[in-house]
Amino acid sequence: MFIGAIGCEPLQLRRVHLERSRTIDVYRRNGGYEAIKKVLDSLSPDDVISEVKKSGLRGRGGAGFPTGMKWSFVPKDSPKAKYVVCNADESEPGTFKDRYLLERDPHMLIEGMLIAAYALGARTNYIYTRGEYKYLIDIMDVALDEARAAGLLGEKILGTNFACDIYTHTGAGAYICGEETALLSSLEGFRGHPRMKPPFPAISGLYASPTVVNNVETLTAVPDIIKMGGEAYQKLGTEKSGGTKLWSVSGHVNRPGVYELPMGYDDMEKFIMEDCRGMLNNKQLKAVIPGGSSVYIMRADQIIGKDVRMDYDGLVAAGSMVGSGGFIVMDETVDVFESTKNLTEFYKHESCGWCTPCREGTDWLVKIFKRIDGGGGRPEDARLLLDLCDNIEGKSFCPLGDAAAWPIQSAVKRFPEDFEKHLSGNGQPGK
Amino acid sequence: MAEVLVKIQPPDHPVHMPEPAVFSPQVEAEIDRHLAKYPIKRSAILPLMFIVQRERGYLDPPGVQYLANRLQLRVTDIWEVATFYSMIHTKSIGKYHIQVCKTLSCKIMGAGKITKYCADKLGINVGETTADGRFSLSEVECLGSCGTAPMFQINFDYHENLTTEKIDQILDSLP
Repeated sequence: MFIGAIGCEPLQLRRVHLERSRTIDVYRRNGGYEAIKKVLDSLSPDDVISEVKKSGLRGRGGAGFPTGMKWSFVPKDSPKAKYVVCNADESEPGTFKDRYLLERDPHMLIEGMLIAAYALGARTNYIYTRGEYKYLIDIMDVALDEARAAGLLGEKILGTNFACDIYTHTGAGAYICGEETALLSSLEGFRGHPRMKPPFPAISGLYASPTVVNNVETLTAVPDIIKMGGEAYQKLGTEKSGGTKLWSVSGHVNRPGVYELPMGYDDMEKFIMEDCRGMLNNKQLKAVIPGGSSVYIMRADQIIGKDVRMDYDGLVAAGSMVGSGGFIVMDETVDVFESTKNLTEFYKHESCGWCTPCREGTDWLVKIFKRIDGGGGRPEDARLLLDLCDNIEGKSFCPLGDAAAWPIQSAVKRFPEDFEKHLSGNGQPGK
Repeated sequence: MAEVLVKIQPPDHPVHMPEPAVFSPQVEAEIDRHLAKYPIKRSAILPLMFIVQRERGYLDPPGVQYLANRLQLRVTDIWEVATFYSMIHTKSIGKYHIQVCKTLSCKIMGAGKITKYCADKLGINVGETTADGRFSLSEVECLGSCGTAPMFQINFDYHENLTTEKIDQILDSLP
């Protein structure tokens, strides 16, 4: 599997190929912990937030919300404790970038969290990692111990009055806990149910205190933003999408992997056919899900010859989204009815059961998919699936409902031929 | 109606709550380290459940009773959380839990064949445990190993880019 940068100098992936890259020595010898020193020497919390705003960094977990703005929502005058929580619950199908950041460069995350904690005035901070990534929690714990021993965590960090602690926390196999409010419920020791927003976590998050939840890739971008300055970081990408982005490439390509691309990389066809070394077994490209399973599926003819620019605006214009950057490539052998059924089963399994439209809706979607699959498809079923999606989308507390609806809506509209061939059955439940 | 009411009367034998589980001083110290991370004890519920599971094989009623005492919660609070998370097992499970990823990237790279091969090799269906208690087989959702599909996780260990030969080698070399 490939891990590296294309079209730019590696930034987030700068150290991943170094020997013992996860140790504090190698991190420090390669520019590590210079940013937190610069922050403590010469920047105020407001300066840090201002640099992050200038950088154009947007949340890399999937929602793409501007990070600097998210940080600025935390009230400065609140007497309550404040928290920075790193979302390392990476569970969006097709996404595996955070795994390699945690595995190979854990100190980059610690430094990013230290800077965020300084900017927001947070003393205690957590890294919420999915339970399946236990080996990464062990790696992070070793790295945190190294940082503590080096005086980078605890009281009087680098001889200043800045005090900060970071702890790991484990999830236990629930996709929903990647949603920030569900993550906070889980971190408080409850079922992973999302919360009504507002209040947003910046006002009332962990233990009802002001909290910022950021993805691993978002926080690991922060040290470079501080070192090179927000403007320089933004210029690596485009005006509305600053910096670089990690893409997790899987499926039918010759070279899957984690690719760091500048935002605005031109173009998606070249990316698949050249950078990812083209299609496996020389098959034809049929479809791409570019931003994790929740985003709209794209037809090959929306990509080939279309100069699709790989950034937030470029992908929206092309009919999909950046999402988490989970880039799933499918060749002509894939039946999009089958692939959509697979994802619908995923969302049904992962629906937390809190909101009726999502809990009941995903269950019915799977029932209908199974009936069609068992030979009971009817011509009107495509319409029925879309009707159901309309009754889920926008009607649940968190975006899991939307995420279940979007793949189906786009697949039915963009691959009608794959659905039609399943819809001439007898209308009876299958065996 | 009266008959129905008679039927749901409590049983005439008393209901016994299990005695809480007992752990070694080393495990107690490990639990203390987790509790020290949080301002409220309840936050430690998932890390502690994993410890109880590791020590007792699964989260059994004495383990639940222990957690309730340790976290100063009700037994129902523990069950409420335990039944939400797919990695918390409230029934016994094989020594080696083979979890084959079935989500899209793995599916299109041949996850179905991997599951079938494991099931045939072990002589069990998905969701079952071998008679000797050695292996359990499950299909699970995305494990974040999409670029190295197909894959499975055995307990906490990732095994990626699987082939049938590789599966033979992995399963046959387990102690």
